[in-house]
Amino acid sequence: MSYKIVEKEEVATDTFKMVFEAPDIAAAAKAGQFLIVRIDERGERIPLTIADFSSDENTVTTVIQALGKSTKKLTKMNVGESISDIAGPLGTPADVKQLGTVVLVGGGVGIAPIYPQISAYKNAGNRVVSIIGARNKDLLFWEERVKDASDEYFVATDDGSKGHHGFVTEVLKNILDEEKEKIENKTLENPKIKRVVVIGPPILMKVATQMMNEYPDVEIIVSMNTMMVDGTGMCGGCRLIVDGKVKFSCVDGPEFDGRLVDFNTVMNRLTIYKREEIERAEKYKKECEGGVCSTLD
Amino acid sequence: MTGKAKTRVEMPEQPEYIRRNNFEEVALGYTEELALMEAERCIQCRRPKCVEGCPVSVDIPGFIKLITEKKWTESLEKIYETNFLPAICGRVCPQETQCEELCILNRKENAIAIGRLERYVADRYYESPESLNEKGRLLSKREKPTGKKIAVVGSGPAGLTAAATLSRMGHSVVIYESLHKPGGVLTYGIPSFRLPKEIIKREVDEIKYMGVEIKLNYVIGRIKTLEELSESYDAVFIGSGAGLPNFMGIEGESLNGVYSANEFLTRVNLMQAWDEEYDTIIRKGKNVVVVGGGNVAMDAARSALRLGADNVTVVYRRSDTELPARREEIEHAKKEGVQFRFLTNPTKIIGDYGDEKVRKYDVKSIECIEMELGEEDSSGRRRPIPIPGTEFEIEADVVIIAIGTSPNPLIFNETPDLEKTKWGTVVVNDDLKCTKENVFAGGDIVTGAATVISAMGAGKKAAESIDEYLKNK
Ligand SMILES: Cc1cc2nc3c(=O)[nH]c(=O)nc-3n(C[C@H](O)[C@H](O)[C@H](O)COP(=O)(O)OP(=O)(O)OC[C@H]3O[C@@H](n4cnc5c(N)ncnc54)[C@H](O)[C@@H]3O)c2cc1C
Ligand SMILES: Cc1cc2nc3c(=O)[nH]c(=O)nc-3n(C[C@H](O)[C@H](O)[C@H](O)COP(=O)(O)OP(=O)(O)OC[C@H]3O[C@@H](n4cnc5c(N)ncnc54)[C@H](O)[C@@H]3O)c2cc1C
Ligand code: SF4
Ligand code: SF4
Ligand code: FES
Repeated sequence: MSYKIVEKEEVATDTFKMVFEAPDIAAAAKAGQFLIVRIDERGERIPLTIADFSSDENTVTTVIQALGKSTKKLTKMNVGESISDIAGPLGTPADVKQLGTVVLVGGGVGIAPIYPQISAYKNAGNRVVSIIGARNKDLLFWEERVKDASDEYFVATDDGSKGHHGFVTEVLKNILDEEKEKIENKTLENPKIKRVVVIGPPILMKVATQMMNEYPDVEIIVSMNTMMVDGTGMCGGCRLIVDGKVKFSCVDGPEFDGRLVDFNTVMNRLTIYKREEIERAEKYKKECEGGVCSTLD
Repeated sequence: MTGKAKTRVEMPEQPEYIRRNNFEEVALGYTEELALMEAERCIQCRRPKCVEGCPVSVDIPGFIKLITEKKWTESLEKIYETNFLPAICGRVCPQETQCEELCILNRKENAIAIGRLERYVADRYYESPESLNEKGRLLSKREKPTGKKIAVVGSGPAGLTAAATLSRMGHSVVIYESLHKPGGVLTYGIPSFRLPKEIIKREVDEIKYMGVEIKLNYVIGRIKTLEELSESYDAVFIGSGAGLPNFMGIEGESLNGVYSANEFLTRVNLMQAWDEEYDTIIRKGKNVVVVGGGNVAMDAARSALRLGADNVTVVYRRSDTELPARREEIEHAKKEGVQFRFLTNPTKIIGDYGDEKVRKYDVKSIECIEMELGEEDSSGRRRPIPIPGTEFEIEADVVIIAIGTSPNPLIFNETPDLEKTKWGTVVVNDDLKCTKENVFAGGDIVTGAATVISAMGAGKKAAESIDEYLKNK
């Protein structure tokens, strides 16, 4: 089998939207699920969240940050070329239902997986507030898309180059506090915000979850990007501790109740191949400069 | 010149000191001369006991006789009548407890090396030029098309055998496999030094040439539900295996460097992480501890050696005689330098680096306790009990947990009427039919982790039941 790249666009610095032709997956995909792709015979299995899908066009969309060897290799490929494998949709779909108001927070490349959830939550009859953020404005993407799909929309950048100067969690806090205040001075009878969904780097999800201690009645959902191999519950490499029990992110998740997740263990496990990854990336860079990978350019 | 050998003819092997550094096959296979010598020993029993020991009832005296007549192709055709994966079975079947155990010669001059002969016949064909042209293929003889469509979930030995058998009966068969390569445990679990990848490919290719279609990267329960398959096909066979790894539930199992045997072996075998040319990463430990005593533990230990470990220690809670792995594999492991700590059980895995509360960065050692054997339990084996106060540490930078697996759960997704047991296996009747209309199952998903050939036996039996079911429908 092979899967054709039908669209490619650099949406932010070193961050690429890549659209693949995969009819069966496009027909089955739901918000919150992911894919595992393999570039070629020697490639590793790379998990990527489904950022959009269209069963009419038979395509699935991903947004990929070129971090290490595999994501660099993948994002160097061009429209018309094919990769050898895409498995999916994997993971349990997001538990989307009618709740009231839902706040969706996407940090960094997490903006992409948040996007399909906006329309999913809206279609389920919710009011959707979106907050997206990145280190600086060059790393932001899909602002218009997110804005158009949401009822209310906020941007934050760490350096203040766009929107709120600071973290997305600060914007989230403002929104939650505002509602809390309204309830306290009785301008609002019942709380409207029922759920917060945060997708982004583990540290963001951890901090956001801690912050949610102040709002015990609001749910917090996070998406755990652990290391994975098969994505079908067969290797246990993606295991994490949720509510004191071992869970497999690829089948039990990737979305979990943030308050139950042991973030420290997850963050530690993400570092397992740090040394090897750096070595490998350096080697890859050298080889590429030597012209070996010129076919990929 | 060949003659009749007095006792079982040994098979050449790669020497230990060389093989422990490579992933090439350990057992090199018979030569024609050795095969003929061994085949001559078979006394061609009129009522052959050996066949009773084979879950797919290979006509053992039949194919061996054809070897002695040097009718190689006919011999293989004879095997193919009941076994579509002879080169695989010849390598990984636990023959000593199956066909060979029951061989009449087992008492006197050692059983006939049935597996080795089976392997020789198949290998010889795959290496021959005629096997590579379409017309020379042995398996392509099919019954008239019946017009019936059958879906098979999983391309392990159970699924492959069910598919091949059904295809030969004239049905049209599609296999859905979640991974990017077919073969199930054969591909992702059993290392290439016991079962080379080309052998699996050759036998799977033969099944494809028979008309079986294999759809890879296709996870049933996600991309399509079992319900949908059951509606769009005349029958469904589930051969999705038991690959969900069990953990011990002790402290430190989430530390970096602790692998399930499945993850470790999948990285090594399916992803070829041992080969620098491949992108997948694996932690190559210096001091590796493997917990468990089955074939899986042996494979993990021997793989760790080949990745360059200085010390590989298998920790097993009972004694040497109770090791559930095949003797041959235990001997191989010992000769290659794997060490064993019997009557020993892990109590916790100890981490290193950083402050205790936040970061336990890496595995540093594994704490174990000594055990003694007590009363017999319900399985008739003496139960190991810890001896208080005997805790000790073994230094380790990689710990591999090989204490068993449970059935793969995804298949049950959105299929409420597919009954399962409390162990997660699928409930079937004597005909291997599930509680759900037109759905059958076999292999590890029904029995829990077992053997290649028992999974094949189940695949074959289910195919016969499905054929019967379709005739009466
Ligand atoms: C369920 C899931 C969904 C994901 N969705 C996306 C997505 O939509 N877009 C995207 O760009 N990435 C996504 N990732 C992360 C992506 O899979 C990794 O970035 C990628 O595998 C890195 O491969 P590499 O060879 O390029 O880099 P490596 O050399 O392997 O790693 C480079 C850097 O990335 C970090 N890294 C490696 N793996 C992960 C991981 N699983 N999660 C977070 N950081 C990691 C490493 O610590 C290292 O710093 C997802 C991961 C999971 C598990
Ligand atoms: C390391 C190891 C060594 C072993 N050594 C031996 C040995 O020497 N001799 C021996 O006889 N036995 C051995 N065994 C046991 C033997 O391999 C298994 O009993 C046998 O493979 C079971 O076959 P199966 O077809 O039932 O399942 P599997 O081989 O597990 O195949 C199941 C297949 O189904 C696929 N699948 C699962 N869920 C889905 C889904 N939802 N959708 C699509 N596909 C799915 C899986 O990816 C897999 O490919 C060993 C096992 C292991 C792990
Ligand atoms: S298939 Fe296995 S059990 Fe049957 S004859 Fe061959 S080696 Fe023996
Ligand atoms: S029992 Fe042994 S000797 Fe008799 S037919 Fe079988 S293999 Fe030959
Ligand atoms: S990725 Fe292997 S079990 Fe989740």
